[in-house]
Amino acid sequence: MPFIPHTEQDVAAMLAVIGADSPDRLFDEIPAGLDHRSDQQTAPALNEMQVTRLMNARAARDAQPLNFIGAGAYEHHVPAAVWQLATRGEFYTAYTPYQAEASQGTLQLIYEYQSMMTALTGMEVSNASLYDGASALAEAVLMAVRVQKGASNRVLMPKTVSPIWRKVIHTLVKNQGIELVELGYDAATGTTPLPENERDFAALVVPQPNFFGQLEEVDQLTDWAHQAGGQVIAVVNPVSLAVLKPPGQWGSRGADIAVGDGQPLGAPLSNGGPYYGFLTCRQSLVRQMPGRLVGATVDLDGKTGYTLTLQAREQHIRRAKATSNICTNQGLVVAASTIFMSLVGPQGLRGMALQSWRNTTDLINRATGLPSVQRAFAGTSFHEAVLRFDRPLAPVLKSMRADGILAGLDLGRDYPELGPALLVCATETKTGEDLQQYVDALLAAMERV
Amino acid sequence: MELIFSLSQPGRAAHAQIPEGNVVTSGLPEHLLRDVPPALPELSELDVVRHYTRLSQQNFSIDTHFYPLGSCTMKYNPRVCNSLAMLPGFIDRHPLAPEDTGQGYLQSLHELQELLADVTGMAAVSLAPMAGSQGEFAGVAMIRAWHDSRGDHARREIIVPDAAHGTNPATAAMCGYTVREIPTDAGGNVDLEALRAAVGPQTAGLMLTNPSTLGVFEQKIVEIAAIMHEAGGLLYYDGANLNAILGRIKPGDMGFDVIHINLHKTFATPHGGGGPGSGPVGVSARLLPFLPVPHIVRHGNQYRLADEHDFPQTIGRLSGFHGNAGVLLRAYTYARMLGSAGFERVSQYATLNANYLMTRLQQAGFDLAYPERRASHEFIITLKRLKDETGITAMDFAKRLLDYGFHAPTTYFPLLVPECLLIEPTETESKATLDAFVDAMVAVAGEARTSPEMVKTAPHRLPVRRLDDVRAAREPNLAFRE
Repeated sequence: MPFIPHTEQDVAAMLAVIGADSPDRLFDEIPAGLDHRSDQQTAPALNEMQVTRLMNARAARDAQPLNFIGAGAYEHHVPAAVWQLATRGEFYTAYTPYQAEASQGTLQLIYEYQSMMTALTGMEVSNASLYDGASALAEAVLMAVRVQKGASNRVLMPKTVSPIWRKVIHTLVKNQGIELVELGYDAATGTTPLPENERDFAALVVPQPNFFGQLEEVDQLTDWAHQAGGQVIAVVNPVSLAVLKPPGQWGSRGADIAVGDGQPLGAPLSNGGPYYGFLTCRQSLVRQMPGRLVGATVDLDGKTGYTLTLQAREQHIRRAKATSNICTNQGLVVAASTIFMSLVGPQGLRGMALQSWRNTTDLINRATGLPSVQRAFAGTSFHEAVLRFDRPLAPVLKSMRADGILAGLDLGRDYPELGPALLVCATETKTGEDLQQYVDALLAAMERV
Repeated sequence: MELIFSLSQPGRAAHAQIPEGNVVTSGLPEHLLRDVPPALPELSELDVVRHYTRLSQQNFSIDTHFYPLGSCTMKYNPRVCNSLAMLPGFIDRHPLAPEDTGQGYLQSLHELQELLADVTGMAAVSLAPMAGSQGEFAGVAMIRAWHDSRGDHARREIIVPDAAHGTNPATAAMCGYTVREIPTDAGGNVDLEALRAAVGPQTAGLMLTNPSTLGVFEQKIVEIAAIMHEAGGLLYYDGANLNAILGRIKPGDMGFDVIHINLHKTFATPHGGGGPGSGPVGVSARLLPFLPVPHIVRHGNQYRLADEHDFPQTIGRLSGFHGNAGVLLRAYTYARMLGSAGFERVSQYATLNANYLMTRLQQAGFDLAYPERRASHEFIITLKRLKDETGITAMDFAKRLLDYGFHAPTTYFPLLVPECLLIEPTETESKATLDAFVDAMVAVAGEARTSPEMVKTAPHRLPVRRLDDVRAAREPNLAFRE
C-alpha cells in the first residue's frame, strides 16, 4: 500500500478502539446508493521504479531545441543551490504559516522577499506573491478601481501589454463591471503614445519593457495619467529592473502599483508554471492589497519575529467583502526566487540584464544583415525585439525548427497588422556560437522558402 | 535569526553566478535607467546556502512533524513526484514552444484530465486553475456563463452554508454575485427548511463542501441537489475534502454540476509554505462549452492545447500559459503510483485514522462538536468547557502543542463551533504517531489545570515565544530598510 503505514495488527487494534467491525462500517452515514467503487476504471499501481521509467521516457521525448522565444517566460541560468534549497522538506512540505512560532523559516523568508521586491521596484510595500504575472495585473486593475472608490470603472490597457495577459485580465474582471479600454501603439516605434483624448479612467497600465521589447516613455505616461486623475499600474520584468528605472521613480510621483511575473528570478520555464506574480505599491494603498502580507513584530521577550499581518483584508476574515478570493499563492517559487536574488545579488542581476540586452541586440544586428529581414520598430528595445520578414513566417519557422532552433514567437495571430513579424529573445544563456547558429539556420531557411 | 541583509558586505558576490561579459549601458537612453543599484544583499554562495538552510530549520513541516491541520490534508508528499517533475525535458520547455516538442508532457496531462474526470464522475476536467480559489472562480464563472447563455439574467445570488470556507463567498463576489448564507442544523447538516426558503428565481447556485467543513458527511445531499435543480440553480462542489471520499463516492453521482479539486491536498503535491497549489475544475456535460482554456485534447496519438477557437463559449484564460504545469506533473505521478485501488485506500485509511483519533480523544475526556456522528477524514473538538474552567483558549492550547513537537490543528474554523480544533490526521500517519499526539493533547489539558500561566505564554521551546500580532497590524513593518 503506497504511502500508508498501517499493519494488519494496527488496523485491528484501531477498529477495536472505535468499536467497528470493518473499515467500511465507518462510511455507514453515507447513503448506500452513492457508493460507486465498482465503477472505477481499473488502472494498475506503478511502483517507484516503474513510474520513474515511464516519466523518464516522456521527458526524454520532450528534449528541447535551442530556444529564442521569450514573450513572458525567459530562459535564465538558475543556480543549482536555488532548487536544492527550496525543495528541502522544511520549505517544500510546510503550509501557509498560520502558526507563526512554528513557521519562522517561511515567514522570515517572505519578509526578506518583500524587502527585495520593494528594493527592485522602488515601491514601499510588497505582498507575499500572487499566482502569476497575468493574474497579478488583473488584481492590480481591481485594486486600482477600489482605490478610486468606484469613481470610474475604466482602465486604459495598451496593446503593447502581452495579448495573453489581456485575455486573462478580461476573464478575471469582466464580471465586476470593469471596462478595459484598448490603447493602440505607434506603428513606427512600437510604443504607446499619450492617450490625450482619454478622460475619466481609474488607471493607466504601463508596460516596461513592453511586449515587443520596446522601451516606453514611462515618465511622460505616468505624469500624464496622474494629471488626468488616474492611478498608474506598472508592468515590469524584474530582471530588467537591475538596469531600468524602477516604477517608484517614474515621472514626478512614481507609479502607484507595480506588478510582473517573477519567473525570470529563478523559476525554470517548466511548460509555463509554476511561476508567481509580484505586486508592490505605495504604503498608503496597503489595505487595498490582495494576498498575504508578512510583518515584523516582537515576541513576549521583545525578540524580533515575523507573522502574517493585516489579515482583515482577506477572505478567511472578510468573506464576501475581501479584497480578493486568493488564499494559497505561490510560496515555494517565492522561496526559490528569494534564494536566487540573494545568490546573484545586484551585480549578477545587472549582468543578466545587460548580457540579455547585448545578446538580443547582437542577434537583431546579425539577422537584419540579411536583405529580407528588418527591424519592425525604431527606438530602443531591451532583451526582446520584433523582426519583420518579407515572406510568410510559417515555412521559415518550420525550416529553422528542423535545424534545431526555436526562432521566436510568430505575432501574426495577435498583431496581423504587422505582417510577418517575429518576436525574438536571446538571454545571457546564449553564446556567440548560438547566435551564429540562429543566423545560419535563418539564412538556410530563406534559401529554402 | 539575522536578516540576510545584515550578512551583506559591499563588494562581496557569489562570483560563479555572475554572467561573463562587459556590462555597460551605453546605447540605452539615460533617462530610462536607474541611478542607484537595487538594494539586494551582496553575499558569497556559502553565505546564502547556510542562511536559508538554517532558516528552513525554523519551520515545522510534514517531513519533520505531524501536521494535523484540518481542511488542509497535510499528507506525505512523495519525493519521487518532485524529482520526476524536475526532469530537464519538462523544466526546460518553453510554454510557447511548438506542441511537437511537448508530447510527453501533454500526454501526461491529458491522462491526468481523464483520470480526474473518472474519479470524480464528471464529464470533463480542465487543469487550468492555479489554486483551489481559482478553481472556485472558474466554477462559479461557468455557472454564470451557463445562466447567461440561456438569457436567464435574473439569477444574481449564490447560496453558501455558514460553515463554508471564506473563499466561497469571496469567489461569488468576484463573479459579480451577492451571497446568501444558510444555517447548519444541530446535527451538522445543511438546514433543509432554510435552503427551501432561500431558493428562488434569483438563485444561481449553491456552493457546498461534502464532507462539510464540520467533518461530517452531508447526509441529505440527494435532497439538496433536487431542491437546487428544481429551483433552476446549479450545484458547486468545493473539493477541499475530496480525500475523505476518493475512489469511493463520486461528486458527479451526488448531483454536482461543477467541482474543483485541490491537487495540493488530495493528490499530495507540496504545500510549499503557501503554494503553488492547483485547482482543476470538473463539469457535467451541460457546462462543457464553458471550460477555461487552454484545454488538452487528443487526436489519435497526438496531443495539443485547445483554445478559444475550439471553445468559443469558454469563460477564458486564467493564467499567462498553462496553469501550474509542474504541479500537475507531480499529481499525475502520484496518481499513477496509487492506481485505482490506491485511490480507494486513501479515503479508507484517512477515515480510519480520523475515527480512531476522534474516539481516543473522546475517551481521554475531550468534547466532540458532533459526538453522534462519524468522523469523515477530519473532526472537530471544542475546548469551550476547558476555557470556562481554566481560561485556556483554543489558541493557547494550540501554541502549547507546538512545544510537544506537533503542529497545531486548525483553530477557530469553522466559526460556528466555539474554541474549536479541526483535526485531520490523513492516511499517511501511523497509529504510533496518532497515539503520541493523544498523549500530548492529554498532557496539555492537564497543564491547563495545573499551570495555566505556562500554557497561556506558550510556546516555550521554539525559536521565538508568542508573537505580538496586534503590534504587527497596528505598526506595519513590511520590509527591511537600511
